[in-house]
Amino acid sequence: MRIRCPWCGERDHREFTYIGAASAIRPPIASTDMEAHKSYVYDRANTPGDHDEIWLHTGGCRRHVRVRRNTTTHAVSASEPVGPWRDTLDALNTVDPVGGDKT
Amino acid sequence: MSGFRLKLRKGVGTGVSSGKTVTFTFDGKSYQGLEGDTLASALIANGVSVVARSFKYHRPRGVFSAGSEEPSALVTLHEGAEREPNIRATEVPIREGLVARSQNAWPSAKFDLAAINQLGGKALSAGFYYKTFIGPRLSGHRATAFWYACEQVIRRAAGLGAGAKERDPSRYGRMNAFCDVLVVGSGAAGLAAAHRAAKQGARVILADEAAQTGGALLNAPDFIDDLPAAQWATQIADELVGMENVTVLPRTTVQSMFDDGTYLAIERVEEAADRNPHAPRLRAWTIIAKSTVIATGALERPIVFAGNDRPGVMLADAARRYAMQYGAAPGKAVAVFTNNDTGWLAARDMARCGVIVTAIVDVRTDVADDIRKAGEESRAQLLTGSAVLRAKGRSTITAIEVADYNEISGAAGDNRRTIACDCLAVSGGWSPTFHLTSQQGGKPVWDAELQAFLPGEPTSSWHGAGAMSGAFGLGAALRTGAKAADAALADAGLPVKDTTKLPDVEGDEVDHAPAPVFEIKASGVGKAFVDLQHDVTADDVRLAHREGYVSVEHLKRYTTLGMATDQGKTSNVTGLAIMADTRDMAIPDVGTTRFRPPYTPTAIGALAGELYGHLKSERQTPMHDWHLANRAGMVANGPWLRPESYNAPGETVEQAYIRETKAVRKSVGLVDVSTLGKIDVQGPDAAEFLNRIYSNGFAKLPVGKARYGLMLREDGFLFDDGTTWRLDEHRFLVTTTTAGAGKVMEHLEYHAEIVWPDLKVALASVSDEWAGTAVAGPNARKLLEACVTACDMGNDAFPFMGVREGKIASIDVLIARLSFSGELAYEVYCGAHHGQAVWDALMAAGKPFHVVPYGLEALSTLRIEKGHVAGPELNGRTTAHDLGLGGMVSTKKPFVGSVLATREALHEAGRFQLVAIKSADGQRIVGGSHLVKGSKEETGPSMGHTTSTCFSPELNCYISLAMLEDGRTRHGERMFATNPVRDRHVAVEVVSPHMVDPDGGRMHV
Amino acid sequence: MKRYSAFSIVKNALTGNKDWSPAWRKPEPKARYDVIIIGGGGHGLSTAYYLASMHGIKNVAVVEKGYLGSGNIGRNTTIVRSNYRLPANSAFYEKSMELWRELSHELNFNVMFSPRGVLNLAHTPGQMDTYAERGNQMRLMGVRSELLDRDQVGRLNPGLDVSGSSRFPIEGGLLQPDAGNARHDAVAWGYARAADALGVDILENTEVSGFLKEGDRIVGVETNRGEIRADKVGVAVAGNTSRVMKMAGVDALPIESTVLQAFVSESIKPIIPNVVTFGAGHLYVSQSDKGGLVFGGNIDYYNSYAQRGNLPVWEEVTSELVSMFPNFARLRLLRSWGGIMDMSMDGSPIITTGPLPGMYLNAGWCYGGFKATPASGWCFAHTIANDKAHDINSAFTLERFKDGRPIDELGAGPTPWYH
Repeated sequence: MRIRCPWCGERDHREFTYIGAASAIRPPIASTDMEAHKSYVYDRANTPGDHDEIWLHTGGCRRHVRVRRNTTTHAVSASEPVGPWRDTLDALNTVDPVGGDKT
Repeated sequence: MSGFRLKLRKGVGTGVSSGKTVTFTFDGKSYQGLEGDTLASALIANGVSVVARSFKYHRPRGVFSAGSEEPSALVTLHEGAEREPNIRATEVPIREGLVARSQNAWPSAKFDLAAINQLGGKALSAGFYYKTFIGPRLSGHRATAFWYACEQVIRRAAGLGAGAKERDPSRYGRMNAFCDVLVVGSGAAGLAAAHRAAKQGARVILADEAAQTGGALLNAPDFIDDLPAAQWATQIADELVGMENVTVLPRTTVQSMFDDGTYLAIERVEEAADRNPHAPRLRAWTIIAKSTVIATGALERPIVFAGNDRPGVMLADAARRYAMQYGAAPGKAVAVFTNNDTGWLAARDMARCGVIVTAIVDVRTDVADDIRKAGEESRAQLLTGSAVLRAKGRSTITAIEVADYNEISGAAGDNRRTIACDCLAVSGGWSPTFHLTSQQGGKPVWDAELQAFLPGEPTSSWHGAGAMSGAFGLGAALRTGAKAADAALADAGLPVKDTTKLPDVEGDEVDHAPAPVFEIKASGVGKAFVDLQHDVTADDVRLAHREGYVSVEHLKRYTTLGMATDQGKTSNVTGLAIMADTRDMAIPDVGTTRFRPPYTPTAIGALAGELYGHLKSERQTPMHDWHLANRAGMVANGPWLRPESYNAPGETVEQAYIRETKAVRKSVGLVDVSTLGKIDVQGPDAAEFLNRIYSNGFAKLPVGKARYGLMLREDGFLFDDGTTWRLDEHRFLVTTTTAGAGKVMEHLEYHAEIVWPDLKVALASVSDEWAGTAVAGPNARKLLEACVTACDMGNDAFPFMGVREGKIASIDVLIARLSFSGELAYEVYCGAHHGQAVWDALMAAGKPFHVVPYGLEALSTLRIEKGHVAGPELNGRTTAHDLGLGGMVSTKKPFVGSVLATREALHEAGRFQLVAIKSADGQRIVGGSHLVKGSKEETGPSMGHTTSTCFSPELNCYISLAMLEDGRTRHGERMFATNPVRDRHVAVEVVSPHMVDPDGGRMHV
Repeated sequence: MKRYSAFSIVKNALTGNKDWSPAWRKPEPKARYDVIIIGGGGHGLSTAYYLASMHGIKNVAVVEKGYLGSGNIGRNTTIVRSNYRLPANSAFYEKSMELWRELSHELNFNVMFSPRGVLNLAHTPGQMDTYAERGNQMRLMGVRSELLDRDQVGRLNPGLDVSGSSRFPIEGGLLQPDAGNARHDAVAWGYARAADALGVDILENTEVSGFLKEGDRIVGVETNRGEIRADKVGVAVAGNTSRVMKMAGVDALPIESTVLQAFVSESIKPIIPNVVTFGAGHLYVSQSDKGGLVFGGNIDYYNSYAQRGNLPVWEEVTSELVSMFPNFARLRLLRSWGGIMDMSMDGSPIITTGPLPGMYLNAGWCYGGFKATPASGWCFAHTIANDKAHDINSAFTLERFKDGRPIDELGAGPTPWYH
């Protein structure tokens, strides 16, 4: 399985750590909503087909990547940067990527 | 079968044309073969007919095929540590001195006592073992005693060859490769595809399992561009080898197709004639291909009839190849039995090599004129509308019984006659080799015309070509090869420039479509085999049907059809056809099974590659060599190796750690703490970030101060602990446990990037950048004062939990006044490359104080005496409250785990709480004990268990930290630390975990 | 049911094996049953069997979308053990062991339960202590266990590298002598045949496409063979749990599905006598009666319903194998395959009433479901029959996760693929 890291290019999935379903969104820090926290930690839809998920490029840039992958075929249909750095990606992409695979 | 070597000439023995003899042994007897022979061809040429015995009935078996699909001719190669069982003789190139043996037979394949199993006959039918060996119903543990006893005998009888007992001395290599187009198979289609893609500039890898590229072209009587096919193949292959953008890999089997164009291929480096003696035995290639052309050809399948497993019965194309490529006549008188045209051509080609073909038996009555002409050329008796009812003979066939056959009704039996022959070459049609695409879930489609499954629609970026895709015949192979190349180039995003024209072909026009005849049914003529290796008969298939095991998977599992080392390459379709016939259904309606990787059996060592024996990197601290030089016993701690203790001559580990512990409490000691996880946290929101990560407060930690912190998982249970130092307004150094370093880093990264991307914070793992040494003991300050410059070490200037910069031996160091041991103590960090120099300086400065290095055991003893928790207590099931650290869980701020930590279940009565226990009678408390109230014999239930155990020099007794049900209410209670598996039962007293200096006065001096 | 015996084999052999009858019927679905079990795998079939044999509930259908035993019951590495640390697990799996020991007789079908011993290798003194703690817990629960030193390990299993010079030297191990293997398919077939004989309808190739509801209550299933009604519907579909439960309107569960790969080598003469697990990574290996080394390791760490995995696990598993057994390097991998694991948030299963009225759930087996097959069915049948869990499965609730009472054997926390 190969995942395109927005920063480094396409890489084997063994370079990445699977972090989990992107649908699991933590309640805001100030939230004391017990049910919301339980749901964040324990509730998973886990249905077959397209699955939005977060991978960490552990063996590369150590940035997180949001990936859409079909859990029945393993086909990766999208990957995009997440986190505070994503806005800088466009700027970076105007510069020659180092070791990047732009195809 | 009594094969012999033909007279070598042009077109006869093309693969052994050097004529050099090679001596090898089989079953202890010496034989001579020719350079280029496989073990199978050499044995055939030497007239050896029985090569192996079958799995269940121990029936004699000979060579059945000429390739990796071989079900029968399995042998054991080499001896001692290099012994390799179950090797297909059809694939082994012979080499001077090669030692091969038959297996699963005693005393030999030719005469095997276990052939007595054949007398079991119908009692050993499919699945018989499910119905018997159950034995009498006994009670308790003896209930299955009867089966267990039977199983020992069955296990010894089963299995094929025996594995080596010694460590494999060979090396295995690994290679990663990227390409635009991977071409699997180098026959006509593969060569055409590779050539076309390469000519257009694509990076191409061409792999073929055979030693020589060319596939079926090597033995084809056809002409391509006016060149003999084999010569054309060689010319194209040579051109490809010479191109910079092409890698040609002979002897390389593409075993598995994984996701997204990732392939595993195994190169048999050891078989190369010009191999480098230092090269690995096998090399595992991971090939990442943008697109793939699969041109893996097709496998001939047999026809099922009685005695079809006897030595001498073989696939027709194999018989033909033995004659043409190896110059080995498969018999003195060869008969051919076929349901399609290719059998006739095999007869003709064999006859051209000088093999005597006695008869061609074809189930069809309608045979094309040019095919009939080819038959006439072979000078064989031509029997159309006829079938072989059985092959007669024992260790080799002596004759076949032939009868009239009605192609439509399947009725056979009239006009029976016997034809003498010692080899029967059988062709039952061709099955495309689409194992790779099936591995990835590609659903095969039945082609009624070809009577074969085709690979179906691609599920990923691959394109079939040649026989693999159902395009049989030379012209079709070249055409589909080129077409697949164009499609692959498009996939790879490369322009397709149509420059090369397809070569002209001149040769046989062959219809590969067979008559739909899979089995010749005739009663009373003996066992007819579907799966030769597993001895699955046509009757077994029908028995499975009778018992309801009718789905294809049930058929396979119940009869073991297709589950042998050949994975049913020559038997699956036939088995399906017989089941379809029995169920009166069409073949595709019975279903297909998915091929599973690898394509052929693959050495486990090759898959492990260089990881063999070293599967995880071993991490060493900068002071590793010093520890070794100073008699440290090393022990694994997470991925790291750390000193367990420094053992003086004659000293046990326990004596050593007690000595080290005493020295620390009395004066001063050093311990290497470089392995602690270290994370540099920076940014304007670093304090806020850590305040959300830790359960206790970090927002107001002053610069120049450290604090012990607890991290919870989001579910409220303890995650990790460590000290964090504020180096600057916007900069912290987080330390973690050694084993937890990786997961804490990921935890922080996840929260920084995904959960709170608005916080301005950046993280870097600096675990490897800093070497650390803890200096502990009442003389720690004096020791440091003797070597540290540019830092006031006085108690007021450098208070407990202070963090300061300084220099040791002119090296910049960062010093934090922390104590894990409970003594006056400091941790000294420096750049990793200076670690040894700083350690040396500290040792030197400590000399007047008799400083000792101490290891993990003493480190652990010191903290157990203090009741400080570590890995064994942070076991993923404990809460801060359980460990008496409830005060460190803030109720005033939100943090990771703050909400779920308040759940009632995490605080209720009955939870295990941290306590310490002291041996009440001086006996040793051993690791892994449980706390009980009862006697050794009647322990009663477990109420808790020990976590960290040691001898306490300070208390002069064995102690342990323990998790005990409602432990904090039980201080003072007497219990037993019981350890049945270590045969201990020790009276203990429950005490507070803070056993030494509970007020912490010593740390603050 | 015609009884199987050595005598029946000989008798049938003499008549050309013409008189064997189907092991189970292929009935048409009835309009209504007392209980429907969705999932014709090991757990579903054993549940149906125990409903009929223990609770007298014989009007039962097992609804299976493919062929019987097509899921993990036919894909696992056949290990049977009860060497658990936590009392809830220990009691449950020991109940299973008790049933395993009698199973061939109970079913009149040789499931080939082979108590050849399961040996967990330890590689550090700390790990030896952890194993001692677990071994002692087993002993205190009445389960036999032995802590072996390096020499004892070497004597028990002469192929192991006990030289002390390997990357992860073997320090010793924990042996459960009564644990071992069983023949996976035989378990499915044996339960199917015995359940069928008691009147249970096994409906193969019958795929559930929805649930019939009256209000909140589940009253049956819709299938490709029509509607089938029942008073009670049990779900035992392992890796497909989330998919099937979603049809009933349960959109979220503490379960994620991942793929676990398994591996088998070519058949060879006996080379290891028992089941061995590697303690410095994740690997388990034993040898089948046919002679193949059957082994596996970690799951592929990503959600998957694909029944196939990827190369990194191959490399990890084989390198661990040769690290333990350096003489295995020349043996050859014959076949690998994948199964879908219903990984729960604490690594322990769920056997419970609910979560909807009329419904019962059996799930979360991670990759330990095979050994549980008898006890899982036994407890699930009890739970369905009595509308209440048995003591043995009373801890395996669905609520325990959110309530904060996980049964977390490894202490790995609520991340399914860490277990």
